[in-house]
Amino acid sequence: MAFGTYKEVVCARSTDKDIQKVSQDGGIVTALFAYALEENIIEGAIVAGDTEDPWKPEPTIALSREDLLAAAGTKYTFSPNAIKIKEAVRQNGLEKIGTVGTPCQIMGLRKMQSYPFSTRFVADKIKLMIGIFCTENFPRDSLRTFIDGKLHSSLAATTKMDIGKGKFWIDTVDGKQGLKIKETHGYEQAGCNICRDLVAKYADVSTGSIGSADGWSTVFPRTEGGNEVFQAAVEAGLIETKPMDEGKFGLELLEKLANNKADKGNAERERRLGLGLPLPQEL
Amino acid sequence: MLEGLKKWFNKLLGREAKPDAEDEKAKLKDSVQQVVEAESKPAEEAKKAADAAKAEAESSEPNIEESSTQEVEKVADKPRVGYIHMSGCTGDGMSLTENYDILSTVLTEMIDIVYGTTLVDVWTEGTFAQEMPEMDVALIEGSVCLQDEHSIKELLEVREKAGLVVAFGSCAMTGCFTRYSRGGQLAQPKHESFVPISNLVKVDAAIPGCPASPEIIAKTIVALVNGDMDYLTPMLNMAACDLACGCDLQTSVVNKALCCGCGTCVLACPTRALEMVEGRPSHNKSRCIKCGACSTHCPRTWFPAERVKKDLGL
Repeated sequence: MAFGTYKEVVCARSTDKDIQKVSQDGGIVTALFAYALEENIIEGAIVAGDTEDPWKPEPTIALSREDLLAAAGTKYTFSPNAIKIKEAVRQNGLEKIGTVGTPCQIMGLRKMQSYPFSTRFVADKIKLMIGIFCTENFPRDSLRTFIDGKLHSSLAATTKMDIGKGKFWIDTVDGKQGLKIKETHGYEQAGCNICRDLVAKYADVSTGSIGSADGWSTVFPRTEGGNEVFQAAVEAGLIETKPMDEGKFGLELLEKLANNKADKGNAERERRLGLGLPLPQEL
Repeated sequence: MLEGLKKWFNKLLGREAKPDAEDEKAKLKDSVQQVVEAESKPAEEAKKAADAAKAEAESSEPNIEESSTQEVEKVADKPRVGYIHMSGCTGDGMSLTENYDILSTVLTEMIDIVYGTTLVDVWTEGTFAQEMPEMDVALIEGSVCLQDEHSIKELLEVREKAGLVVAFGSCAMTGCFTRYSRGGQLAQPKHESFVPISNLVKVDAAIPGCPASPEIIAKTIVALVNGDMDYLTPMLNMAACDLACGCDLQTSVVNKALCCGCGTCVLACPTRALEMVEGRPSHNKSRCIKCGACSTHCPRTWFPAERVKKDLGL
């Protein structure tokens, strides 16, 4: 199934004006972590924080609402949040941790939870995993290459990046510019080409912009725990929801893109097998 | 519990299941022998008692029923586990005992440790030497030193006596940091060649980790006792594994266009020999202990989709 297992799928956004100001779309990741921190469901969250270098995110341990707000917004390059988890457990002494990640990052952590071979008393501390929709990820130098070369701008000048309506968008002081998604093909990392998961099927809650109008996010609460946190945040009035648009720009679009990714992933796997290259062993 | 384990062994070793009656007899024999050993009687007396019990068990059916007391059956349900210490730091054995909350249940109700120099005082060398008992599972910690005749003898004997030989921890599985040994150290300068146990004997399963975490040990024991073959599949697959260090991560994952930059390898590394640079693991050879944790944890080497779904209730 294109969407994996889930409790429900809704359109949602944060009702918090501060979050709305800085968030990529509906601010669901920031709102959920802020709520979970407030309610002591988690004691900290590993998020993609900013660094001095433009668009070079670093995994960061957010311990407060302020920390979360500072890290809000999507970065279209790597932030391997997993690498901070051990530090959060052992140096910060956090017993309950939230983290956000792409589908593949969630897979690494879920594998660790089911088979914690060498991660002594770490895996069980992750209490809330939010997955973000992902079509592909770009090395930072790929971003630089097509922002410099094709959009004639720079990472430093870019204030926001976004993918939507078939284009990769950047906001700069000179306004908004778009590059056809096709033009970014070939710049994504090679490891993405065998991936078949767009909607982070193994997360507690998955969210992303595809399928929802601007300013809103599509949300799939999946696990019991994830659903509890999401519903509680909705009940507390921190997140508002509305039914999904089932049509062409709603769920139908998400399904199409999810299936496309799976088909492309499968085709690439076939191609690699034909070349005698290895694939991840599925157990 | 024992039935599940036996089924699993037989499946693993490609054996047909024994007829039930035979099975019952064997079970009784095993259990009687075990009770005798557990009581730690002097060897001669123990042998006599065991012989008597065997004779009794074999004499007639009613007797079997009679001697099949509750206590005996309870013991018979538990797999007999041996813990064999070769060249390692005892970290994996300590990790086992770090299951504080469930340790007493594990040791009293789930398994019987029938052989070992640390967790129980039974071994084959020296003044108080005893015969090595038959074991269902032998957990072998540490690599084997080719210049240490005692280790080699013990290892070969364990292979004979144990149904399932498990490389317990990275030293046994990959050699881990003992791979760096070049000899010339005290107490025996000649001891220089330390190799994974799979170089000398057939290994049935491996539990990597430096040390293997308390949780994976607990999960493995539970799976063993329940005969949960599916959970143990990765351990069986890694039995003859050569995933040993950050170099393998580079050659088997990054060089094969599989890396997605998730950072799980860095998280798994116990010595901070890996860091993420431009979205890829960068390997610091001088910190690497060749434990294989990085490759083991990488979601692009193998991924247990079904188990993950089951664990999450998805």
